[in-house]
Amino acid sequence: MTPAGPRKVAAYIGALAGLGLILAACSSGGGADPAEYPEDNIEVIVPFSAGGPTDTVTRMVAEPMSQDLGVQMVVQNVDGAGGTVGAGQAAAAEPDGYTVLMHHIGMSTAPALYPDLAYDPVADFKTVGLVTEVPMTIIARSDFEPETFEDFVTYVQENADTVTMAHAGEGSASNLCGLLLTEALGVEVTAVPYDGTGPAMTELVGGQVDFMCDQTTNTTGQITAGKVKAYAVTTPERIEALPDLPTTAEAGQPDIQVTVWHGLYVPAETPDEIVATLTESLQVALADQTVIDQMADLGTAPVSEEQATPEAHTELLEEQIGTWGEIISASQGG
Amino acid sequence: MDLLDNLALGFSQALQWHNIMFCLLGVVLGTAVGVLPGIGPTATIALLLPITFGFDDPTSALIMLAGIYYGAQYGGSTTAILLNLPGESSAAVTAIDGHEMARSGRAGVALAVAALGSFVAGTVATVVLAVAAPPLAQAALSFGAAEYFSLVVLGLIGSIALASGSMLKALAMIVLGILLGTLGQDLYTGTPRFTFGVRELYQGLSFVALAVGVFGIAEILRNLHDPRTRTRMVSRVANLWPTRAELRRIVAPVIRATGLGSLLGVLPGGGHVLASYASYAVEKRVSRNPREFGHGAIEGVAGPESANNAAAQTSFIPLLTLGLPAHPVMALMVGAFIIQGITPGPDVMIEQPALVWGLIASMWVGNVLLVLLNLPLIGLWVRMLTVPYSVLFPIIVVFACIGTYSLGQNPYDVLAVAFFGLLGFVLIRAGCEPAPLLLGFVLGPLLEENLRRALLISRGDPSVFFTRPISGVLLGLALVALVVTVLPTIRRKRDVVFAEEE
Repeated sequence: MTPAGPRKVAAYIGALAGLGLILAACSSGGGADPAEYPEDNIEVIVPFSAGGPTDTVTRMVAEPMSQDLGVQMVVQNVDGAGGTVGAGQAAAAEPDGYTVLMHHIGMSTAPALYPDLAYDPVADFKTVGLVTEVPMTIIARSDFEPETFEDFVTYVQENADTVTMAHAGEGSASNLCGLLLTEALGVEVTAVPYDGTGPAMTELVGGQVDFMCDQTTNTTGQITAGKVKAYAVTTPERIEALPDLPTTAEAGQPDIQVTVWHGLYVPAETPDEIVATLTESLQVALADQTVIDQMADLGTAPVSEEQATPEAHTELLEEQIGTWGEIISASQGG
Repeated sequence: MDLLDNLALGFSQALQWHNIMFCLLGVVLGTAVGVLPGIGPTATIALLLPITFGFDDPTSALIMLAGIYYGAQYGGSTTAILLNLPGESSAAVTAIDGHEMARSGRAGVALAVAALGSFVAGTVATVVLAVAAPPLAQAALSFGAAEYFSLVVLGLIGSIALASGSMLKALAMIVLGILLGTLGQDLYTGTPRFTFGVRELYQGLSFVALAVGVFGIAEILRNLHDPRTRTRMVSRVANLWPTRAELRRIVAPVIRATGLGSLLGVLPGGGHVLASYASYAVEKRVSRNPREFGHGAIEGVAGPESANNAAAQTSFIPLLTLGLPAHPVMALMVGAFIIQGITPGPDVMIEQPALVWGLIASMWVGNVLLVLLNLPLIGLWVRMLTVPYSVLFPIIVVFACIGTYSLGQNPYDVLAVAFFGLLGFVLIRAGCEPAPLLLGFVLGPLLEENLRRALLISRGDPSVFFTRPISGVLLGLALVALVVTVLPTIRRKRDVVFAEEE
């Protein structure tokens, strides 16, 4: 912990004032010529609140992208209705490359969850590239009976009418993972919704509910401290932050594969040259050692260069819209 | 001794002069947003969080953000007292008696008492944080859905005390509040309720719009309707400082409220919301002159303000000891931790003692700064009331609208302010008080959410509310509170009957 001198304090206060100026400046819009892009600051819409996992990931990537592009990537949090408010705003923005959207898996689940969605995730956007795929972990209260993931599977199947599963609300990542998990195990358990991950985790640590599936961003601290029991991670490979935790495939459930994938989007009419510039810059950012380190702290990693492309991103988006559409409508019908 | 070592470590961090500066910056910003109606601490912290990402000392970042939070709790009482404009749920309680005091020329006293009570509560809560955080946090974890439901029931029954007039009208207001609270998307099924297809209503009504409407705008309408009330306010801006007798009156309420607030603040499921209401109900109950409540009782300002500040500080306990955020502001703090490369979790206190203890110590420093900052400002605030009302009230309306709009950039919220302003005026004319309505609005969703959650977990078996010990005790207390509230009314009625017979 380095003590900051008086000058540093002044610098921070200056930065505070500077940010106001930046925000004022970036609202004035940018030039029109794609060849000159970017000439002005770029607004990155994050459809979730500041400080959340998606916001954190965005800021990590925005920093090196700003350096690479030579203009500031200014993060704007437009929170609300499961990310559909921010995404709707981005869809309606000028297609000049000065408004980009960072969204996660919710981009693919929104059509099924919100029948009157104001935009089409595929038709109204161009993809820039994937950013990261945050792994999820299957965890339970510390005194929950099963010891291993195999035990857990049998236990849940045998006691489906008594076990309870927490999630952070309709459409949240933990809700999606829970749906996939119970579908793969062929069981229906009592799902207990909470208003966000914080309350859900609190009640799980307090032993009020039995299990939950949530992002490593939220669970790693509690797992390493032994406050919750961890069974498996939902990625093909084990993860660096929790090396002892087996994958679902290792434990005989290869179908339970889910990550909270994040990607960058621009409005559909944005010129291809501009998309290419952004994709290149994203790839530079994802190779940055600081980004790799910061993401490792969250239990995740940047995607490979081939994944950080519009092609890979579109493919995943379309595939996921299909997958989740089925799972969600099945759960709503049943 | 561990505690002294820890506190020494904490103060060695908090008293570094750059950290004092950040603390000051935080509490000044917090006071400012607390004073401005509408712009609450959550929005401010969300706005300023990104700036702290550039700090290379995470302690400074957290000290500043925490300062904004409890600074705003402090500042929120100012507009509630002066203009009957509560910016958040706890200030709505302060407005009841605080604004009555202002109307009778005692605005300065009310502000001073709020500041002093908050300071005492803040100091005690800092000690509670330092001494008892881990066991309190562990105890709070035994609060599940059933316990929260019973706690809210107790809170709602106790809150009948919020009204100084008819009990039946108070009950009606609570029910109306609960009904208004059901608006928006249902947490459990995602089904929109009472939204009439308006997308802006999916997130429910904005608390600020409702509070600003039924308190602030309704108050303006009332003043315009009856000019006598406001001339009285302006003509008698007399004593700024509480008398010795008044100070003596608030000692016990402040101590009780601090204890109550500290305990409720630890509960991660929304206990801090209850703190000021609970304190008001308790003070009214134990007071020797309960009739003064609602007409400018000094205890009705001192108690809730102290409880609120104590709860604001102890609500850090679940975050610091367990890594679990108790409410949205704490969730933003988690974001600050993560960005600074600290994994929030139960180990934070062991792995980052300098940070955690520095933050705890900074809260006391912040409370000192707040008192130093706020006491001299009282004279200035009170002078504001001498501005001619024809100039003042349009300014209030404009500020209220801008503040409410800026919260969610949602034009419907401004319409809601206007609607609830009118409704509030009608209610005042009908002898119904807005405070129980707001409480119902705040607690209604908590009541419903926890009732449904408890029944989900118990598979529809309602006996959990009685068989779980904490829940059972709370419901028992609620029953006692109900009997105590209802009995005098019944007896009075009986006396009336007897009197007629004679």
